[in-house]
Amino acid sequence: MNNSPHPLSPKLLEVKHLKMHFPIRSGFLRRIKGYVRAVDDVSFAVREGETLSLVGESGCGKTTTGRCILRAYEPTSGDIYYQKADGTTVNLAALDRRELNPYRKEIRMIFQDPFSSLNPRMNVLDIVGEPLLVNAGLKGAKLEDRVAELLLKVGLRPEYMRRYPHAFSGGERQRIGIARALSLNPRLVVCDEAVSALDVSVRAQILNLLQDLQRDFNLTYLFIAHDLSVVEYISDRVAVMYVGKLVELAETEKLYLRPRHPYTEALLSAVPNPDPRLRNRRKEIVLEGDVADPSRPPSGCYFHPRCQYAQARCSQEEPELRDLGDEHFVACHFAEQLSLAGVPYE
Amino acid sequence: MTNDSDTLLRISCLQTYFFMDQGTVKAVDGVDLILKRGRTLGIVGESGCGKSITARSILQIVDPPGRIVSGSILYRRAVSSNGTSQLGEEVDLAKMHPMGREIRQIRGKEISMIFQEPMTSFSSLYTIGNQIMENILLHQEVTKQQARERAIELLHQVGISRPKERIDEYPHQFSGGMRQRAMIAMAIACDPSLLIADEPTTALDVTTQAQILKLMRNMQERLGMALMLITHDLGVVAEMADDVAVMYLGRVVETADVDSIFHNPKHPYTQALLRSIPKVGRRARQRLDSIVGMVPDPFTRPSGCYFHPRCSAYMPNICNRITPTTVQVGEGHTVSCLLYNGATNHE
Repeated sequence: MNNSPHPLSPKLLEVKHLKMHFPIRSGFLRRIKGYVRAVDDVSFAVREGETLSLVGESGCGKTTTGRCILRAYEPTSGDIYYQKADGTTVNLAALDRRELNPYRKEIRMIFQDPFSSLNPRMNVLDIVGEPLLVNAGLKGAKLEDRVAELLLKVGLRPEYMRRYPHAFSGGERQRIGIARALSLNPRLVVCDEAVSALDVSVRAQILNLLQDLQRDFNLTYLFIAHDLSVVEYISDRVAVMYVGKLVELAETEKLYLRPRHPYTEALLSAVPNPDPRLRNRRKEIVLEGDVADPSRPPSGCYFHPRCQYAQARCSQEEPELRDLGDEHFVACHFAEQLSLAGVPYE
Repeated sequence: MTNDSDTLLRISCLQTYFFMDQGTVKAVDGVDLILKRGRTLGIVGESGCGKSITARSILQIVDPPGRIVSGSILYRRAVSSNGTSQLGEEVDLAKMHPMGREIRQIRGKEISMIFQEPMTSFSSLYTIGNQIMENILLHQEVTKQQARERAIELLHQVGISRPKERIDEYPHQFSGGMRQRAMIAMAIACDPSLLIADEPTTALDVTTQAQILKLMRNMQERLGMALMLITHDLGVVAEMADDVAVMYLGRVVETADVDSIFHNPKHPYTQALLRSIPKVGRRARQRLDSIVGMVPDPFTRPSGCYFHPRCSAYMPNICNRITPTTVQVGEGHTVSCLLYNGATNHE
């Protein structure tokens, strides 16, 4: 199945130089002692109908990026251009709360933890129906009909709409969360680790469901995840983040087959392969040390202390994200010279 | 192949139930497992399959209202005398009192465990060094100074830099990966013959996971201990295990060597599980085969074979009535499925 959008599809969302710095306060007067640069100058675009994945390890800023797009956080600086259905664009980062309201219906989020993201005191009808009541003013039988329709679409039985979240398993709860996100016919859905908390067999069901819904409703996904094997299944393009910065962005197969950034190579090599016969046949790169602290990042390229290809220039000069041609973006001084190992395709 | 002297641990018909107000949860419902000296046994299954409770039963650390109802856990103790280790007596861990002296001599010394949550498995009130030294002082006749030196050496072994300074730090000063390293240091402090690792890398990032898995392999090689690796991640199992047991709803459905599990799985559940995992190196944007339905409610188990409502090879009037018994389908390869019951053909 390959229903990738045309490469010239319009950009539904364009993030430019997005920064999100959280102040660190301490002392009696809560003076600002420094900043955690959670997202530090990130630019990318999401085309209509595609799935763009943001991957990286914990603390790399992928979730913060997603939350900035939803304006759950106020970005420190940068622009978030969103293309409206009529073709005009609007900068979400510059709008105030009331001006944002129409776009909150069009950009929705699916959360990671199906246990804490649903209110235990609301039944399914309330959870899925709340956005409809608030935004579309649906009530009574009309509301129930619409909720039933949504539940059917995500593979739940409408008879259960009077039940409370505790009566459902993790996979079913995630379906409820998806139904709620879809209730207002969104155009862009931010999936924040949407399948990470699920069991293997259920995870496959939800991934397939997300793909079906994307096809049926022409959804655009920004898929935030840490699991590279899951990401490969669902994405058209993948963006890799490290300590608040984008280090590589390319089409999924290009990135997996031939990564151009040493961090991407290390990430790919660390994914355990479910085949014991491949145990000693792969190049294994075990990164030393821990992810850099985003409040005190290293000089130059943030990855240089852990990079096995690092040279003198890497610790002095910060690499910019540049296009190697063919829309393969990478932030490494030596991307052209390095020959990095990807994942062997079957 | 089944040389009895190789067998370190033999679990037979283990049943651990939780008696709750809403009913009884049969978390472990007749588990048979054999663990060989020096080898790695991977236990895989989805949440609620009883893999963690099986491990906790071995150490008698099942939280109430759960308790071992029946079955035996025969553990062959190693007695080292004159530098050569020889086989000691065989003891039944299932019969021991959870608070008793006997189990406390084994727990943390001969059999130790590392847990999933590196954030919560240390006490935040004591230094890392204090907690490692406690284990050493409890089980070995050494002075405090010797224990401290041993703890520093252990921290060094598990790859913590500047162990002399870091031994006096508190858990919150360690990152997740370092805490898991310290946990391993504590677990191997008394040269255990079995290390139980319950989802040791689930809470860690992939690059840290690779570091920890490599460390566990090295430690196992150096100490010659057996490893029981409990995980839901089939990738980790493929990289680490010698033998694999697949569990579903408190029962072992298939056991075999790692190659047979991945390349010649017999049980429909194992087959379905393998089809439903995404692998890197496939084309982008594909569909996954998923298992229909979901893990059933713990209070109401299906009749007959527990897997029959989700099974693709379901045989009406057979699978929902008869409880399958474990049959051997190959060298060291057992499966508990009615497709193979009665059939004795190997491979």
